[in-house]
Amino acid sequence: MRQLISFSLKRFKNARILEAVDGVDALKKLSGPDKIDLILTDINMPVMDGLKLVSLVRQNAQLKNIPIIIITTEGAEEDRERGLALGANAYISKPIQSSHLIKTISELLAV
Amino acid sequence: MTEERAEKFLELFNKGKEFTEELLRENQRLRYRLASLETEGATGSNDEVHRLRDEVQQLTEENRRIAQRFKEVEEENKDFANRYIEVEEQNNNLANLYVASYQLHSTLDFREVIQIVQEIVINLIGAESFAILLLDEKTNELKTIASEGEDVMPGIESISTRLGDGVLGSVARTGESYYINQDLEDGGRVTLDKPLAAVPLKIKEHVIGLVVIYKLLQQKDSFSAVDYELFSLLAAHAATAIFSSKLYSQSERKLNTIQSFLDLLTTTS
Repeated sequence: MRQLISFSLKRFKNARILEAVDGVDALKKLSGPDKIDLILTDINMPVMDGLKLVSLVRQNAQLKNIPIIIITTEGAEEDRERGLALGANAYISKPIQSSHLIKTISELLAV
Repeated sequence: MTEERAEKFLELFNKGKEFTEELLRENQRLRYRLASLETEGATGSNDEVHRLRDEVQQLTEENRRIAQRFKEVEEENKDFANRYIEVEEQNNNLANLYVASYQLHSTLDFREVIQIVQEIVINLIGAESFAILLLDEKTNELKTIASEGEDVMPGIESISTRLGDGVLGSVARTGESYYINQDLEDGGRVTLDKPLAAVPLKIKEHVIGLVVIYKLLQQKDSFSAVDYELFSLLAAHAATAIFSSKLYSQSERKLNTIQSFLDLLTTTS
């Protein structure tokens, strides 16, 4: 999935991608020196899931304004509502459509 | 490029609209003026009335032509919008196919190849429950080597069927993909041997296994056109990727054995 996302992001010139293997790794990278403009996360991840990650990012004063997109197999309406209620800006259900992903990212980053 | 063209079409379309509106206003004004002159009767000049009548007629004709052109441009615009959607869809499909094929040939590790096939089936096709079966050429048996969604279709983790037996065995024997017929009397009820789809993994005409799909994700109703393309891609590329990685791991093992043997010979001599 990361490769499809990376490929889709090639549409955005100068975009640099930081990959993380789970929620904990993501938080570590988010606290690093790189300025992050957007977070794309799955829900089902080992160690720390995507919903917990969204919740922790939104509670963090330095990170709380970063737009978050959840990409997941969980397509039920209640899952979507839960993700958005926790603070995600967009919720994309698999299978991934790169055009939909690009459109969502463009809207969130206003590019 | 396509967006620029769309904008140009829209611009042309808007200009036509503005021009038509302007002509309609002018037409209205002249009609009003004509009516005023007619009511004025004797005080007005007949020549002026005729001139205005001609002008109104000309403008009406011009208005009709512009309305016709307006309609044509509107049609072209619709056609262009449809083509834009088609191109976008094609682009999306090509991205999926490119990534799938790129991923499949990115490694020679057998477990990793299987994991990539699973990722493609989940992320690009949108399957919730499926199994990957490999054919044991010594026993002629198809056996599950990886599966997902066992809770939805219990038993998929341990499918074992002989070549030629049932739907799965037939697909492996004939090399022809199987898709369930939803119009059947039982409504296309899915069972272990009657999946939604069974796609043979082939190297030329030689079947080495199957990808069997039992259930799609909740948000996906049916297979789309690109899914069939992905199945074709999986049929060929996944087969070669799986086969190469198996050969590679076998040759690695043999190499290690030979190396150990050579080491032993060197130390003893």
